[in-house]
Amino acid sequence: MILLDRVTKTYSKHAPALERVSLHVEPKEFVIIVGPSGAGKSTLFKLLTREEKPTSGKIIVGGMDYETLRDRDIPLLRRKIGVVFQDFKLLLNKTTFENVAFALEISGLSNQEIRHTVPKVLDIVGLAGKENNYPLELSGGERQRVAIARAIVRQPKILIADEPTGNLDPKHAWDVIKVLEKVNRFGTTVLLTTHNQEIVNTLKRRVITINDGRVISDHAVGQYKTA
Amino acid sequence: MPSKRFITFKRIVKNGFINFGRNIWLAIAAIAMMGITLTILLFAIITNATFSHTINDLTSHIDVSVYLKDSVKPAQRNKFISDLKNINNVQSVTYISKADALKKYEQENANNPVLLSAISETDNPLSAEVHIKPKDPNQLGAIKDFLDKPDVQALQSDPTSYSGDRKAAIDKITKATHFIQEAGIVGIIVFIIISMLIIFNTIRMAIFNRRDELVIMRLLGASPRFIRGPFVVETMLYGAVAAIISLLICWGLFAIAANTLEASSLGLLDISYSSHYFSDHLLLILTGQIGVGIIIGAVSSTVATRRYLKLNRE
Repeated sequence: MILLDRVTKTYSKHAPALERVSLHVEPKEFVIIVGPSGAGKSTLFKLLTREEKPTSGKIIVGGMDYETLRDRDIPLLRRKIGVVFQDFKLLLNKTTFENVAFALEISGLSNQEIRHTVPKVLDIVGLAGKENNYPLELSGGERQRVAIARAIVRQPKILIADEPTGNLDPKHAWDVIKVLEKVNRFGTTVLLTTHNQEIVNTLKRRVITINDGRVISDHAVGQYKTA
Repeated sequence: MPSKRFITFKRIVKNGFINFGRNIWLAIAAIAMMGITLTILLFAIITNATFSHTINDLTSHIDVSVYLKDSVKPAQRNKFISDLKNINNVQSVTYISKADALKKYEQENANNPVLLSAISETDNPLSAEVHIKPKDPNQLGAIKDFLDKPDVQALQSDPTSYSGDRKAAIDKITKATHFIQEAGIVGIIVFIIISMLIIFNTIRMAIFNRRDELVIMRLLGASPRFIRGPFVVETMLYGAVAAIISLLICWGLFAIAANTLEASSLGLLDISYSSHYFSDHLLLILTGQIGVGIIIGAVSSTVATRRYLKLNRE
Protein backbone atom coordinates (compact mmCIF):
# COMPACT_ATOMS: atom_id res chain seq x y z
CA MET A 1 0.00 0.00 0.00
CA ILE A 2 2.80 2.41 0.96
CA LEU A 3 6.36 1.93 -0.17
CA LEU A 4 9.31 4.19 0.53
CA ASP A 5 12.67 3.22 -0.88
CA ARG A 6 15.74 5.05 0.43
CA VAL A 7 13.94 8.37 0.58
CA THR A 8 16.01 11.43 1.46
CA LYS A 9 14.67 14.93 1.93
CA THR A 10 17.10 17.79 2.40
CA TYR A 11 16.06 21.37 2.90
CA SER A 12 18.62 23.83 1.64
CA LYS A 13 21.58 24.46 3.96
CA HIS A 14 20.22 22.09 6.63
CA ALA A 15 21.01 18.58 7.67
CA PRO A 16 18.64 16.14 5.93
CA ALA A 17 15.16 16.00 7.48
CA LEU A 18 14.88 12.41 6.28
CA GLU A 19 17.80 10.24 5.31
CA ARG A 20 17.52 7.01 3.32
CA VAL A 21 14.19 6.04 4.86
CA SER A 22 12.75 2.77 3.61
CA LEU A 23 9.32 1.62 4.70
CA HIS A 24 6.72 -0.84 3.62
CA VAL A 25 3.15 -0.70 4.89
CA GLU A 26 0.68 -3.42 3.95
CA PRO A 27 -2.98 -2.70 3.13
CA LYS A 28 -5.25 -2.48 6.20
CA GLU A 29 -2.29 -2.09 8.56
CA PHE A 30 -2.42 0.28 11.54
CA VAL A 31 1.02 1.79 11.96
CA ILE A 32 2.10 4.16 14.71
CA ILE A 33 5.09 6.38 14.06
CA VAL A 34 6.86 7.78 17.12
CA GLY A 35 9.86 9.99 17.61
CA PRO A 36 10.78 13.31 19.19
CA SER A 37 9.83 16.64 17.70
CA GLY A 38 11.92 17.42 14.65
CA ALA A 39 12.65 13.73 14.03
CA GLY A 40 11.13 13.93 10.55
CA LYS A 41 7.61 12.59 11.10
CA SER A 42 5.91 15.62 9.61
CA THR A 43 8.30 15.67 6.68
CA LEU A 44 7.43 12.04 6.02
CA PHE A 45 3.72 12.92 5.89
CA LYS A 46 4.34 15.92 3.67
CA LEU A 47 6.13 13.64 1.24
CA LEU A 48 3.23 11.17 1.32
CA THR A 49 0.66 13.87 0.50
CA ARG A 50 3.03 15.26 -2.10
CA GLU A 51 3.21 18.64 -0.40
CA GLU A 52 6.90 18.24 -0.93
CA LYS A 53 9.09 16.30 -3.28
CA PRO A 54 11.81 14.00 -1.99
CA THR A 55 15.38 14.99 -2.77
CA SER A 56 16.05 11.40 -3.76
CA GLY A 57 14.45 7.98 -3.40
CA LYS A 58 11.24 6.37 -4.53
CA ILE A 59 7.71 6.70 -3.13
CA ILE A 60 4.80 4.56 -4.26
CA VAL A 61 1.39 4.96 -2.62
CA GLY A 62 -1.68 2.99 -3.64
CA GLY A 63 0.05 1.99 -6.86
CA MET A 64 0.95 5.58 -7.83
CA ASP A 65 4.64 6.21 -8.41
CA TYR A 66 5.35 9.77 -7.29
CA GLU A 67 8.21 10.13 -9.70
CA THR A 68 5.96 9.96 -12.72
CA LEU A 69 3.11 11.89 -11.13
CA ARG A 70 2.08 14.96 -13.13
CA ASP A 71 1.13 18.19 -11.38
CA ARG A 72 -2.50 17.91 -12.36
CA ASP A 73 -2.67 14.41 -10.85
CA ILE A 74 -1.70 15.71 -7.43
CA PRO A 75 -5.27 16.72 -6.46
CA LEU A 76 -6.45 13.27 -7.52
CA LEU A 77 -3.79 11.64 -5.35
CA ARG A 78 -4.79 13.76 -2.34
CA ARG A 79 -8.41 12.76 -2.75
CA LYS A 80 -7.34 9.14 -2.28
CA ILE A 81 -5.55 9.84 1.00
CA GLY A 82 -7.44 10.99 4.08
CA VAL A 83 -5.42 13.38 6.22
CA VAL A 84 -6.00 14.49 9.81
CA PHE A 85 -3.87 17.28 11.24
CA GLN A 86 -2.95 18.24 14.76
CA ASP A 87 -4.46 21.71 14.24
CA PHE A 88 -7.61 20.28 12.57
CA LYS A 89 -7.37 22.58 9.51
CA LEU A 90 -11.11 23.04 9.29
CA LEU A 91 -12.66 25.72 7.10
CA LEU A 92 -13.86 28.18 9.72
CA ASN A 93 -16.57 29.79 7.64
CA LYS A 94 -18.19 26.49 6.83
CA THR A 95 -20.45 24.45 9.11
CA THR A 96 -19.69 20.91 10.24
CA PHE A 97 -21.83 19.55 7.45
CA GLU A 98 -20.23 21.79 4.84
CA ASN A 99 -16.71 20.95 5.99
CA VAL A 100 -17.35 17.25 5.50
CA ALA A 101 -19.37 17.81 2.34
CA PHE A 102 -16.51 19.87 0.90
CA ALA A 103 -14.38 16.74 0.54
CA LEU A 104 -17.13 15.23 -1.60
CA GLU A 105 -17.81 18.41 -3.56
CA ILE A 106 -14.18 18.40 -4.62
CA SER A 107 -14.70 14.97 -6.13
CA GLY A 108 -17.77 16.18 -8.01
CA LEU A 109 -20.37 14.06 -6.24
CA SER A 110 -23.99 15.05 -6.70
CA ASN A 111 -25.84 16.95 -3.99
CA GLN A 112 -28.05 13.94 -3.48
CA GLU A 113 -25.10 11.66 -2.79
CA ILE A 114 -23.64 14.27 -0.44
CA ARG A 115 -26.88 14.63 1.52
CA HIS A 116 -26.99 10.87 1.81
CA THR A 117 -23.37 10.23 2.83
CA VAL A 118 -22.41 13.07 5.17
CA PRO A 119 -24.94 12.36 7.97
CA LYS A 120 -23.85 8.72 8.07
CA VAL A 121 -20.21 9.68 8.53
CA LEU A 122 -21.07 12.31 11.14
CA ASP A 123 -22.91 9.57 12.96
CA ILE A 124 -19.84 7.31 12.87
CA VAL A 125 -17.68 9.99 14.52
CA GLY A 126 -20.45 10.82 17.00
CA LEU A 127 -21.35 14.26 15.74
CA ALA A 128 -24.97 13.74 14.77
CA GLY A 129 -26.86 16.90 15.71
CA LYS A 130 -23.87 19.22 15.24
CA GLU A 131 -24.31 19.57 11.47
CA ASN A 132 -25.03 23.29 11.56
CA ASN A 133 -22.38 24.32 14.06
CA TYR A 134 -19.34 26.25 12.87
CA PRO A 135 -15.93 24.91 13.99
CA LEU A 136 -15.47 27.71 16.52
CA GLU A 137 -18.67 26.62 18.25
CA LEU A 138 -17.28 23.11 18.83
CA SER A 139 -14.90 21.71 21.46
CA GLY A 140 -11.40 20.61 20.46
CA GLY A 141 -12.39 16.94 20.45
CA GLU A 142 -15.43 17.65 18.32
CA ARG A 143 -13.38 19.66 15.85
CA GLN A 144 -10.93 16.83 15.48
CA ARG A 145 -13.80 14.44 14.87
CA VAL A 146 -15.11 16.74 12.14
CA ALA A 147 -11.64 16.58 10.61
CA ILE A 148 -11.70 12.78 10.80
CA ALA A 149 -15.18 12.68 9.28
CA ARG A 150 -13.88 14.84 6.44
CA ALA A 151 -10.89 12.55 5.99
CA ILE A 152 -12.90 9.31 5.87
CA VAL A 153 -16.01 10.46 4.02
CA ARG A 154 -14.38 9.66 0.68
CA GLN A 155 -13.58 6.17 1.99
CA PRO A 156 -9.87 6.52 1.35
CA LYS A 157 -7.64 3.47 1.26
CA ILE A 158 -5.13 5.36 3.40
CA LEU A 159 -5.65 7.63 6.40
CA ILE A 160 -2.77 9.72 7.66
CA ALA A 161 -3.21 11.23 11.12
CA ASP A 162 -0.46 13.62 12.21
CA GLU A 163 -0.63 14.07 16.00
CA PRO A 164 -4.44 14.10 15.96
CA THR A 165 -4.56 13.96 19.75
CA GLY A 166 -1.84 16.55 20.34
CA ASN A 167 -4.27 19.33 21.24
CA LEU A 168 -6.83 17.24 23.11
CA ASP A 169 -7.43 16.21 26.72
CA PRO A 170 -7.18 12.46 27.48
CA LYS A 171 -10.89 11.73 27.17
CA HIS A 172 -11.22 13.41 23.79
CA ALA A 173 -7.93 11.91 22.68
CA TRP A 174 -9.32 8.43 23.26
CA ASP A 175 -12.54 9.28 21.41
CA VAL A 176 -10.41 10.17 18.40
CA ILE A 177 -8.25 7.04 18.66
CA LYS A 178 -11.36 4.87 18.87
CA VAL A 179 -12.68 6.41 15.67
CA LEU A 180 -9.35 5.68 13.97
CA GLU A 181 -9.52 2.05 15.10
CA LYS A 182 -13.06 1.83 13.77
CA VAL A 183 -11.97 3.20 10.42
CA ASN A 184 -9.12 0.70 10.34
CA ARG A 185 -11.53 -2.15 11.01
CA PHE A 186 -13.50 -1.07 7.94
CA GLY A 187 -10.33 -1.74 5.92
CA THR A 188 -8.47 1.57 5.74
CA THR A 189 -4.70 1.62 6.20
CA VAL A 190 -3.95 4.01 9.07
CA LEU A 191 -0.71 5.88 9.73
CA LEU A 192 -0.71 7.63 13.09
CA THR A 193 1.95 9.75 14.73
CA THR A 194 1.72 10.49 18.42
CA HIS A 195 3.76 11.54 21.40
CA ASN A 196 1.34 9.89 23.78
CA GLN A 197 3.08 6.79 25.19
CA GLU A 198 -0.11 5.58 26.83
CA ILE A 199 -1.86 5.43 23.48
CA VAL A 200 1.09 3.63 21.90
CA ASN A 201 1.25 1.06 24.67
CA THR A 202 -2.46 0.44 24.82
CA LEU A 203 -3.02 0.09 21.06
CA LYS A 204 -0.41 -2.68 20.68
CA ARG A 205 0.19 -2.05 16.96
CA ARG A 206 3.21 -1.94 14.69
CA VAL A 207 5.42 0.93 15.89
CA ILE A 208 8.09 2.63 13.78
CA THR A 209 10.52 4.92 15.60
CA ILE A 210 12.14 7.78 13.72
CA ASN A 211 14.96 9.89 15.07
CA ASP A 212 17.19 12.44 13.33
CA GLY A 213 15.56 11.61 10.03
CA ARG A 214 16.28 7.87 10.18
CA VAL A 215 14.18 4.83 11.00
CA ILE A 216 15.84 3.48 14.13
CA SER A 217 13.41 0.68 14.96
CA ASP A 218 10.39 -1.07 13.48
CA HIS A 219 8.50 -3.21 15.98
CA ALA A 220 5.88 -5.66 14.78
CA VAL A 221 2.45 -5.76 16.40
CA GLY A 222 2.68 -6.14 20.16
CA GLN A 223 6.50 -6.02 20.30
CA TYR A 224 6.89 -2.37 21.25
CA LYS A 225 7.22 -1.42 24.88
CA THR A 226 8.39 1.78 26.55
CA ALA A 227 8.70 2.86 30.10
CA MET B 1 -28.18 13.79 -14.71
CA PRO B 2 -26.07 16.96 -14.93
CA SER B 3 -22.41 16.46 -15.80
CA LYS B 4 -19.65 16.74 -13.20
CA ARG B 5 -18.36 19.84 -14.90
CA PHE B 6 -21.71 21.55 -14.58
CA ILE B 7 -22.09 20.51 -10.95
CA THR B 8 -18.63 21.92 -10.24
CA PHE B 9 -19.40 25.17 -12.03
CA LYS B 10 -22.63 25.57 -10.09
CA ARG B 11 -20.83 24.88 -6.83
CA ILE B 12 -18.13 27.44 -7.62
CA VAL B 13 -20.74 30.14 -8.25
CA LYS B 14 -22.81 29.13 -5.24
CA ASN B 15 -19.80 29.04 -2.91
CA GLY B 16 -18.75 32.45 -4.23
CA PHE B 17 -22.10 33.92 -3.22
CA ILE B 18 -22.11 32.12 0.15
CA ASN B 19 -18.56 33.33 0.92
CA PHE B 20 -19.59 36.85 -0.02
CA GLY B 21 -22.33 36.72 2.62
CA ARG B 22 -20.24 35.01 5.29
CA ASN B 23 -17.29 37.35 4.93
CA ILE B 24 -19.52 40.37 4.81
CA TRP B 25 -17.19 42.71 6.76
CA LEU B 26 -14.28 41.89 4.56
CA ALA B 27 -16.60 42.36 1.61
CA ILE B 28 -17.77 45.76 2.87
CA ALA B 29 -14.20 46.94 3.39
CA ALA B 30 -13.11 45.79 -0.05
CA ILE B 31 -16.22 47.19 -1.72
CA ALA B 32 -15.74 50.54 0.01
CA MET B 33 -12.19 50.80 -1.32
CA MET B 34 -13.19 49.71 -4.79
CA GLY B 35 -16.23 51.99 -4.72
CA ILE B 36 -14.17 55.05 -3.85
CA THR B 37 -11.61 54.30 -6.52
CA LEU B 38 -14.22 53.68 -9.17
CA THR B 39 -15.99 56.90 -8.15
CA ILE B 40 -12.79 58.89 -8.59
CA LEU B 41 -12.30 57.25 -11.96
CA LEU B 42 -15.85 58.07 -12.96
CA PHE B 43 -15.35 61.69 -11.93
CA ALA B 44 -12.16 61.86 -13.94
CA ILE B 45 -14.00 60.61 -17.01
CA ILE B 46 -16.92 63.00 -16.60
CA THR B 47 -14.62 65.94 -15.88
CA ASN B 48 -12.62 65.14 -18.97
CA ALA B 49 -15.78 64.92 -21.06
CA THR B 50 -16.94 68.26 -19.69
CA PHE B 51 -13.61 69.89 -20.43
CA SER B 52 -13.71 68.47 -23.93
CA HIS B 53 -17.16 69.89 -24.36
CA THR B 54 -16.09 73.34 -23.15
CA ILE B 55 -13.08 73.24 -25.42
CA ASN B 56 -15.14 72.18 -28.43
CA ASP B 57 -17.54 74.94 -27.65
CA LEU B 58 -14.69 77.40 -27.56
CA THR B 59 -12.91 76.20 -30.67
CA SER B 60 -16.11 75.98 -32.69
CA HIS B 61 -16.14 79.79 -32.49
CA ILE B 62 -12.77 79.98 -34.12
CA ASP B 63 -13.03 80.68 -37.82
CA VAL B 64 -11.10 82.58 -40.42
CA SER B 65 -12.79 85.51 -42.11
CA VAL B 66 -11.68 86.68 -45.52
CA TYR B 67 -12.78 90.07 -46.88
CA LEU B 68 -13.26 90.26 -50.65
CA LYS B 69 -12.68 93.29 -52.82
CA ASP B 70 -15.79 94.77 -54.45
CA SER B 71 -14.21 94.12 -57.85
CA VAL B 72 -14.24 90.35 -57.41
CA LYS B 73 -16.54 88.76 -60.00
CA PRO B 74 -19.05 86.01 -59.05
CA ALA B 75 -17.08 83.43 -61.11
CA GLN B 76 -13.85 84.33 -59.31
CA ARG B 77 -15.67 84.18 -55.99
CA ASN B 78 -17.17 80.76 -56.73
CA LYS B 79 -13.81 79.35 -57.79
CA PHE B 80 -12.24 80.78 -54.61
CA ILE B 81 -14.89 79.12 -52.44
CA SER B 82 -14.65 75.75 -54.16
CA ASP B 83 -10.84 75.87 -53.92
CA LEU B 84 -11.20 76.53 -50.21
CA LYS B 85 -13.54 73.58 -49.80
CA ASN B 86 -10.91 71.35 -51.35
CA ILE B 87 -8.47 72.09 -48.55
CA ASN B 88 -8.35 69.14 -46.17
CA ASN B 89 -8.84 70.98 -42.93
CA VAL B 90 -11.83 73.03 -44.06
CA GLN B 91 -15.11 71.96 -42.54
CA SER B 92 -17.41 74.54 -44.05
CA VAL B 93 -17.28 77.79 -45.98
CA THR B 94 -19.96 80.45 -45.59
CA TYR B 95 -20.31 83.38 -47.96
CA ILE B 96 -21.78 86.64 -46.72
CA SER B 97 -22.54 89.13 -49.46
CA LYS B 98 -22.00 92.90 -49.16
CA ALA B 99 -25.76 93.38 -48.50
CA ASP B 100 -25.87 90.61 -45.88
CA ALA B 101 -22.82 92.10 -44.17
CA LEU B 102 -24.61 95.39 -43.95
CA LYS B 103 -27.73 93.79 -42.47
CA LYS B 104 -25.62 92.02 -39.89
CA TYR B 105 -23.86 95.28 -39.06
CA GLU B 106 -27.18 97.06 -38.65
CA GLN B 107 -28.52 94.35 -36.38
CA GLU B 108 -25.41 94.34 -34.23
CA ASN B 109 -25.43 98.12 -33.88
CA ALA B 110 -29.19 98.72 -33.70
CA ASN B 111 -28.77 100.73 -30.52
CA ASN B 112 -26.08 102.98 -31.86
CA PRO B 113 -27.61 105.58 -34.23
CA VAL B 114 -24.27 107.34 -34.72
CA LEU B 115 -22.66 104.25 -36.17
CA LEU B 116 -25.77 103.46 -38.20
CA SER B 117 -25.90 106.91 -39.72
CA ALA B 118 -22.34 106.53 -40.97
CA ILE B 119 -23.35 103.89 -43.49
CA SER B 120 -26.32 103.22 -45.74
CA GLU B 121 -27.45 100.99 -48.65
CA THR B 122 -26.13 103.36 -51.21
CA ASP B 123 -22.79 103.93 -49.57
CA ASN B 124 -21.89 100.48 -48.23
CA PRO B 125 -18.25 100.48 -47.08
CA LEU B 126 -18.41 96.84 -45.92
CA SER B 127 -16.79 94.04 -47.87
CA ALA B 128 -18.30 90.73 -48.77
CA GLU B 129 -17.01 88.09 -46.35
CA VAL B 130 -16.10 84.46 -46.53
CA HIS B 131 -16.09 82.58 -43.22
CA ILE B 132 -13.96 79.49 -43.14
CA LYS B 133 -14.59 77.03 -40.32
CA PRO B 134 -11.65 74.68 -39.83
CA LYS B 135 -12.00 71.06 -38.78
CA ASP B 136 -9.01 71.41 -36.45
CA PRO B 137 -8.21 74.93 -35.31
CA ASN B 138 -4.68 73.76 -34.49
CA GLN B 139 -3.95 73.29 -38.16
CA LEU B 140 -4.72 76.66 -39.70
CA GLY B 141 -1.40 76.67 -41.58
CA ALA B 142 -2.73 75.11 -44.80
CA ILE B 143 -5.64 77.57 -44.98
CA LYS B 144 -3.34 80.48 -44.26
CA ASP B 145 -0.90 79.33 -46.95
CA PHE B 146 -3.69 79.14 -49.48
CA LEU B 147 -4.95 82.61 -48.58
CA ASP B 148 -1.42 84.03 -48.84
CA LYS B 149 -0.93 82.93 -52.47
CA PRO B 150 -0.48 86.07 -54.63
CA ASP B 151 -3.47 85.38 -56.93
CA VAL B 152 -5.71 84.69 -53.92
CA GLN B 153 -4.28 87.65 -52.09
CA ALA B 154 -5.30 89.81 -55.04
CA LEU B 155 -8.99 89.12 -54.31
CA GLN B 156 -8.82 90.34 -50.73
CA SER B 157 -9.54 93.88 -49.57
CA ASP B 158 -8.15 93.53 -46.01
CA PRO B 159 -5.85 91.13 -44.19
CA THR B 160 -7.67 87.97 -43.06
CA SER B 161 -8.88 87.70 -39.50
CA TYR B 162 -6.15 85.08 -38.94
CA SER B 163 -3.27 87.51 -38.76
CA GLY B 164 -1.55 89.80 -36.32
CA ASP B 165 -2.90 89.95 -32.74
CA ARG B 166 -5.87 87.76 -33.54
CA LYS B 167 -3.60 85.12 -34.94
CA ALA B 168 -1.55 85.17 -31.74
CA ALA B 169 -4.67 84.89 -29.59
CA ILE B 170 -6.10 82.03 -31.65
CA ASP B 171 -2.81 80.20 -31.56
CA LYS B 172 -2.60 80.63 -27.80
CA ILE B 173 -6.14 79.35 -27.24
CA THR B 174 -5.72 76.35 -29.47
CA LYS B 175 -2.42 75.48 -27.84
CA ALA B 176 -3.97 75.66 -24.36
CA THR B 177 -7.00 73.59 -25.30
CA HIS B 178 -4.76 71.04 -26.93
CA PHE B 179 -2.74 70.79 -23.77
CA ILE B 180 -5.84 70.42 -21.59
CA GLN B 181 -7.20 67.64 -23.78
CA GLU B 182 -3.94 65.75 -23.73
CA ALA B 183 -3.54 66.25 -19.98
CA GLY B 184 -7.07 64.92 -19.50
CA ILE B 185 -6.29 61.72 -21.38
CA VAL B 186 -3.02 61.22 -19.52
CA GLY B 187 -4.85 61.94 -16.25
CA ILE B 188 -7.46 59.29 -16.96
CA ILE B 189 -4.82 56.73 -17.84
CA VAL B 190 -2.95 57.53 -14.62
CA PHE B 191 -6.20 57.24 -12.65
CA ILE B 192 -6.98 53.89 -14.23
CA ILE B 193 -3.53 52.55 -13.36
CA ILE B 194 -3.70 53.85 -9.79
CA SER B 195 -7.21 52.52 -9.22
CA MET B 196 -6.23 49.12 -10.59
CA LEU B 197 -3.29 49.00 -8.20
CA ILE B 198 -5.43 50.03 -5.23
CA ILE B 199 -8.13 47.49 -6.05
CA PHE B 200 -5.57 44.78 -6.72
CA ASN B 201 -3.93 45.45 -3.38
CA THR B 202 -7.25 45.49 -1.53
CA ILE B 203 -8.16 42.11 -2.95
CA ARG B 204 -4.70 40.75 -2.31
CA MET B 205 -5.05 41.70 1.33
CA ALA B 206 -8.53 40.17 1.54
CA ILE B 207 -7.17 36.92 0.15
CA PHE B 208 -4.06 37.07 2.33
CA ASN B 209 -6.47 37.11 5.27
CA ARG B 210 -7.93 33.86 4.07
CA ARG B 211 -4.81 32.11 2.81
CA ASP B 212 -5.29 29.28 5.33
CA GLU B 213 -8.56 28.44 3.64
CA LEU B 214 -6.80 28.13 0.29
CA VAL B 215 -4.03 25.98 1.71
CA ILE B 216 -6.50 23.64 3.45
CA MET B 217 -8.52 23.20 0.29
CA ARG B 218 -5.36 22.43 -1.60
CA LEU B 219 -4.34 19.80 0.95
CA LEU B 220 -7.75 18.15 0.65
CA GLY B 221 -7.15 17.62 -3.03
CA ALA B 222 -9.29 20.39 -4.49
CA SER B 223 -8.17 21.36 -7.98
CA PRO B 224 -6.76 24.90 -8.31
CA ARG B 225 -9.80 25.86 -10.36
CA PHE B 226 -12.23 24.68 -7.72
CA ILE B 227 -10.36 26.62 -5.02
CA ARG B 228 -9.89 29.79 -7.00
CA GLY B 229 -13.34 29.84 -8.59
CA PRO B 230 -15.38 30.96 -5.56
CA PHE B 231 -12.80 33.67 -4.75
CA VAL B 232 -13.02 34.98 -8.29
CA VAL B 233 -16.82 34.96 -8.17
CA GLU B 234 -16.70 36.74 -4.81
CA THR B 235 -14.36 39.48 -6.01
CA MET B 236 -16.36 39.90 -9.21
CA LEU B 237 -19.34 40.56 -6.96
CA TYR B 238 -17.27 43.13 -5.07
CA GLY B 239 -16.52 44.82 -8.38
CA ALA B 240 -20.14 44.86 -9.53
CA VAL B 241 -21.45 46.19 -6.22
CA ALA B 242 -18.67 48.81 -6.03
CA ALA B 243 -19.48 49.96 -9.57
CA ILE B 244 -23.15 50.40 -8.74
CA ILE B 245 -22.25 52.30 -5.56
CA SER B 246 -19.94 54.62 -7.48
CA LEU B 247 -22.78 55.36 -9.91
CA LEU B 248 -25.15 56.06 -7.04
CA ILE B 249 -22.63 58.45 -5.47
CA CYS B 250 -22.21 60.27 -8.77
CA TRP B 251 -25.91 60.40 -9.42
CA GLY B 252 -26.52 61.62 -5.87
CA LEU B 253 -23.96 64.37 -6.22
CA PHE B 254 -25.47 65.64 -9.45
CA ALA B 255 -28.97 65.44 -8.03
CA ILE B 256 -28.25 67.14 -4.72
CA ALA B 257 -25.14 69.23 -5.07
CA ALA B 258 -25.07 70.45 -8.67
CA ASN B 259 -25.26 74.10 -7.62
CA THR B 260 -22.50 73.78 -5.05
CA LEU B 261 -20.34 71.99 -7.59
CA GLU B 262 -20.95 74.67 -10.18
CA ALA B 263 -19.86 77.33 -7.68
CA SER B 264 -16.80 75.43 -6.50
CA SER B 265 -15.56 74.74 -10.00
CA LEU B 266 -15.12 78.54 -10.48
CA GLY B 267 -17.14 78.36 -13.65
CA LEU B 268 -14.46 76.28 -15.33
CA LEU B 269 -16.80 73.32 -15.61
CA ASP B 270 -20.24 73.29 -17.10
CA ILE B 271 -21.85 71.11 -14.42
CA SER B 272 -25.19 70.95 -16.16
CA TYR B 273 -23.34 69.49 -19.13
CA SER B 274 -21.63 67.00 -16.78
CA SER B 275 -25.00 66.03 -15.40
CA HIS B 276 -26.42 65.61 -18.88
CA TYR B 277 -23.39 63.69 -20.02
CA PHE B 278 -23.87 61.37 -17.04
CA SER B 279 -27.56 60.75 -17.67
CA ASP B 280 -27.16 60.51 -21.48
CA HIS B 281 -24.40 57.93 -21.17
CA LEU B 282 -25.86 56.20 -18.12
CA LEU B 283 -26.15 52.80 -19.78
CA LEU B 284 -22.64 52.99 -21.21
CA ILE B 285 -21.22 54.20 -17.89
CA LEU B 286 -23.14 51.52 -16.00
CA THR B 287 -21.92 48.66 -18.17
CA GLY B 288 -18.45 50.18 -18.36
CA GLN B 289 -18.07 50.58 -14.62
CA ILE B 290 -19.52 47.15 -13.85
CA GLY B 291 -17.34 45.65 -16.57
CA VAL B 292 -14.22 47.36 -15.22
CA GLY B 293 -15.12 46.35 -11.64
CA ILE B 294 -15.74 42.73 -12.57
CA ILE B 295 -12.67 42.40 -14.74
CA ILE B 296 -10.35 44.03 -12.20
CA GLY B 297 -11.89 41.85 -9.48
CA ALA B 298 -11.46 38.66 -11.47
CA VAL B 299 -7.92 39.42 -12.60
CA SER B 300 -6.80 40.55 -9.14
CA SER B 301 -8.13 37.50 -7.36
CA THR B 302 -6.74 35.17 -10.00
CA VAL B 303 -3.30 36.68 -9.59
CA ALA B 304 -3.54 37.00 -5.80
CA THR B 305 -4.56 33.36 -5.23
CA ARG B 306 -1.84 32.00 -7.46
CA ARG B 307 0.89 31.89 -4.85
CA TYR B 308 -1.25 29.86 -2.44
CA LEU B 309 -2.21 27.31 -5.05
CA LYS B 310 1.20 25.93 -5.86
CA LEU B 311 0.70 22.20 -5.59
CA ASN B 312 4.03 21.37 -4.04
CA ARG B 313 7.38 22.69 -3.10
CA GLU B 314 10.50 21.35 -4.77
